[in-house]
Amino acid sequence: MPKATNTDDLDGPDGVQIDLISSERMDGMATMEKIRMILDGVHEGNIVILEEGLTPDEESRLIEVTMSEISPDEFNGIEIETYPKSETRDSSLLGRLIGSGGSTAKLTVIGPANQIKTLHKDETLISALVSRN
Amino acid sequence: MGLFTELKDSISRVTERLFSEQEPKRIGIYGPPNAGKTTLANRIARDWTGDAIGTESRVPHETRRARRKEGIEIERDGKTVTIDIVDTPGVTTKVDYEEFMDDMEEDDAIRRSREATEGVAEAMHWLREDVDGVIYVLDSAVDPITQVNTMLIGIIESRDLPVLIFANKIDLDESSVKRIEDAFPQHTTVPLSAKEGDNMDEVYDSIAEYFG
Repeated sequence: MPKATNTDDLDGPDGVQIDLISSERMDGMATMEKIRMILDGVHEGNIVILEEGLTPDEESRLIEVTMSEISPDEFNGIEIETYPKSETRDSSLLGRLIGSGGSTAKLTVIGPANQIKTLHKDETLISALVSRN
Repeated sequence: MGLFTELKDSISRVTERLFSEQEPKRIGIYGPPNAGKTTLANRIARDWTGDAIGTESRVPHETRRARRKEGIEIERDGKTVTIDIVDTPGVTTKVDYEEFMDDMEEDDAIRRSREATEGVAEAMHWLREDVDGVIYVLDSAVDPITQVNTMLIGIIESRDLPVLIFANKIDLDESSVKRIEDAFPQHTTVPLSAKEGDNMDEVYDSIAEYFG
């Protein structure tokens, strides 16, 4: 899996790991495999970026499974933002980063709610402020 | 009972189900926390049955389990529409027990957050499996363009469920129904105040038209 940064390589606890997950990696996965991969990453404090996003049914199950895993002082849920296809006007940045350059039907950013202080989007930008704790 | 009689009864039951015009539609009331879902559910239930469904509160996640009121008969223009209302917890992607601690002790806050998470999971399950239509309630004094709203409307659309958007709290000065209409132009938006009972005639007309 391509990674923009890796906490193991940054010599300290302050780094934030970003997992950029290609559509190819998601293609062969069952719904629960995708959700498990996303939530395992988020539980570790990572920001997960999906090149292809999730289907509405998968989004519904992601919320349901997230709810079942929330526990006091450990994990209080996720922040999530998505660009639908019609809003994904420029795929070149992620395409270059991920090395696929293919079409992006959907771009989804998911992170731990207790670490992402703000996650919002405007017409062309998803913006996240991530705390380093 | 003989085999022939059993078969005849079975066919009769299936035929009744297929052709019954009075089969109640199960309508889920969805939306973000504090949009006024329970206030609306109670208003509808009281108006047509005399009983409320649940407790209303300004504290988020007061409704922590889906609650159903069956057999609500709404009369419009001499025609009766029968629906079962399912009042669901506000859907969210995060629940932090510390947000409840302004109003309660830590143990109670933790218990409430656990119940809230179970309720949201249950609401998502209902949406996938058990509702025939959706009333999506939004607080018209709050920006409707949030990821949860967009995601939930997308999930509802993907299931081809009929959906009505209710722009609640029009009694508030900051209310903007147009903001909701602009956010979800593909759906009918009905303004109302569930608390004050404003515009309920149009609400019931719309329910009868969409879910009857």
